[in-house]
Amino acid sequence: MSATHDLLEIRDLHATAGGKPVLRGIHLTVKAGEVHAIMGPNASGKSTLAHVLAGRDGFVVTKGEILYKGRDLLAMSPEERAREGLFLAFQYPVEIPGVGNTYFLKNALNAIRKHRGLPELDAVEFLALVREKARIVKIDENLLNRPVNEGFSGGEKKRNEILQMAVLQPTLSVLDETDSGLDIDALRVVADGINGIRGPDRAMIVVTHYQRLLNYVVPDKVHVLAGGRFVKSGGKELALELEQRGYGWLEEKAAAAP
Amino acid sequence: MTGVLEIRDHFQSEFDRAARKLPGFESTRKAAMERFAALGLPTGSEEAWRFTDITPIAETQFKAVTRPGDPARVADLARGPLQACQIAFVDGQHAPRLSKLDLPAGVTVEPIPFRDASIEKHLTKLAPVDGRAFTALNTAFMRDGACIRIGKGIRFDTPIHILFLSTDRGAPYVTHPRVLIVAEEGAHVSIVESFVGISGVYLTNAVNEIAVAEGATVEYTRVQRESHQAYHVAALQVRQGRQSVFKSHSIALGAAISRMDTGTELAGEGAEVTLNGLFEGTGRQIVDNHTFIDHISPHTTSRELYKGILGGQSHGIFDGRIVVRATAQKTNAVQASRNLLLSKEAIVNTKPQLEILANDVKCKHGATIGQLDEDVLFYLRSRGIGLADARRLLVHAFASEILDQVSVEAVRAQLGGCLFMMVH
Repeated sequence: MSATHDLLEIRDLHATAGGKPVLRGIHLTVKAGEVHAIMGPNASGKSTLAHVLAGRDGFVVTKGEILYKGRDLLAMSPEERAREGLFLAFQYPVEIPGVGNTYFLKNALNAIRKHRGLPELDAVEFLALVREKARIVKIDENLLNRPVNEGFSGGEKKRNEILQMAVLQPTLSVLDETDSGLDIDALRVVADGINGIRGPDRAMIVVTHYQRLLNYVVPDKVHVLAGGRFVKSGGKELALELEQRGYGWLEEKAAAAP
Repeated sequence: MTGVLEIRDHFQSEFDRAARKLPGFESTRKAAMERFAALGLPTGSEEAWRFTDITPIAETQFKAVTRPGDPARVADLARGPLQACQIAFVDGQHAPRLSKLDLPAGVTVEPIPFRDASIEKHLTKLAPVDGRAFTALNTAFMRDGACIRIGKGIRFDTPIHILFLSTDRGAPYVTHPRVLIVAEEGAHVSIVESFVGISGVYLTNAVNEIAVAEGATVEYTRVQRESHQAYHVAALQVRQGRQSVFKSHSIALGAAISRMDTGTELAGEGAEVTLNGLFEGTGRQIVDNHTFIDHISPHTTSRELYKGILGGQSHGIFDGRIVVRATAQKTNAVQASRNLLLSKEAIVNTKPQLEILANDVKCKHGATIGQLDEDVLFYLRSRGIGLADARRLLVHAFASEILDQVSVEAVRAQLGGCLFMMVH
């Protein structure tokens, strides 16, 4: 894949969440190698966009299209998207009692490898891999043996998302407010994990309310989502401007739009 | 109900014909048959049978087995990691060719009629026939079955497997398997009881009595995998002495209709019981579990966890009654019923009941009914795991709380393989 290839192309996307219109005409092109930040006030549609990309039920696309690697993303099941390299880091990762963290992640990786015609990893190979990645995201090894996210602190859950990302090596990662609720040390660990998988063939969409994470994960482009549309796009300096001026001036602009 | 009257007459005439050939216990049988004649089969108007309609059983003319089934036809089912210490029955009749028993001194396993007269005193003493039509019927007709005695202070670690295989005989038939287990003072034993059938219409009407003497430990694992056209009715009654431990893992997967009544009397001070259950329903299966834990003496402990997994149009029932008598101070009792519905048509009725007559006890109970969590399913799928695999993973996780406690590894391995075929 060439570095200038359009990995993701969103055209005039309209979507409803729980029956209510939330996205009202999103346009976005993400090329391989790029990091895009999507910022915006609460209830602007950031999480809806992330969930539409991952294929969550309850979010209905009413207009527009999404091309991923040139294919119709909306026609793909959630698992198919994941196998094709799409990854959503959840804002609120769920707890899964009775399913071991390592067991779950091994199943996920092997489902993806199988889809790509690669041999599945056995328990020993997988354990070596997951231990190496766990060191990078500073996850305590005993969390690997516990049920997925069960009894994890907020920070541990977020780091567990980054661990999964590090193991699955997605082509396009969508991080939904991964920075929320993290203290500064945890934020740094998470940012290191994210930076660790940046590369010329991969891209990222970092959804965030605050500029803070972008000090560590420096974006190529910043988009401001308000009222279900991008009301302003720019370079990394836009994030700093938002930090100083807030979202108010852009929300007024969005409200004034037809 | 004409069906009920007919079946009463049917069994009465079968009894009149066969009674002379049945081994021993003449007066006990006669009394039991009289009980059955007075009771008839239970109907939905009885509280204990409210949710389980046994009309299909009442309307079938089940014949007694006169010619034993061919062991060669089911030999494959008798093989496996538990065959090292196994007593097998085919269509209710003892099959020596499929049995192998290398037992240390002090441990006896034998089919009815028993040579060991000292244990006869326990038989029919634990499982009451009053108000129990099926137990009465079993007591009247019992012919084959196993008696296991573990002598005083003996620790026998190899699981003893009691295997009831049922073949497809073309026409409906009935068997009345009878098991008696006596663990004497300080004895220690693990028993696995399996009911297996591939196809065929039959009724297994099983009764098992277990006496756990002072300081003895009995681990009991039960796997019911009857033919899906068959009916399975069973009663297990346990009596526990001082400081004894009884641990039961009851897995019910097969039969069109299955009903299991498990009861234990915590008669001796400090006795402990664990009743774990896992039941699964598919298609139109009815799976009914009734349990009764009777805390009679002080410092007794009970832990009970039953989990149901119900798909298709199946119907699961859990009715768990715990009585803490006034004499049973310092009792500890924990009971939980957890149920997972995999389809919109599946039904579960759960009825935990706690009756506390003592004033210094710790008791709690609870029941839940849920479905697979959509958020969790989406989370798994968003990581590349397909929907069917994601469902299987979650059902397995639900069952693992029970399966992980089964100490007999061969059973755990076997169940891991055959469970959850229904998850699509």
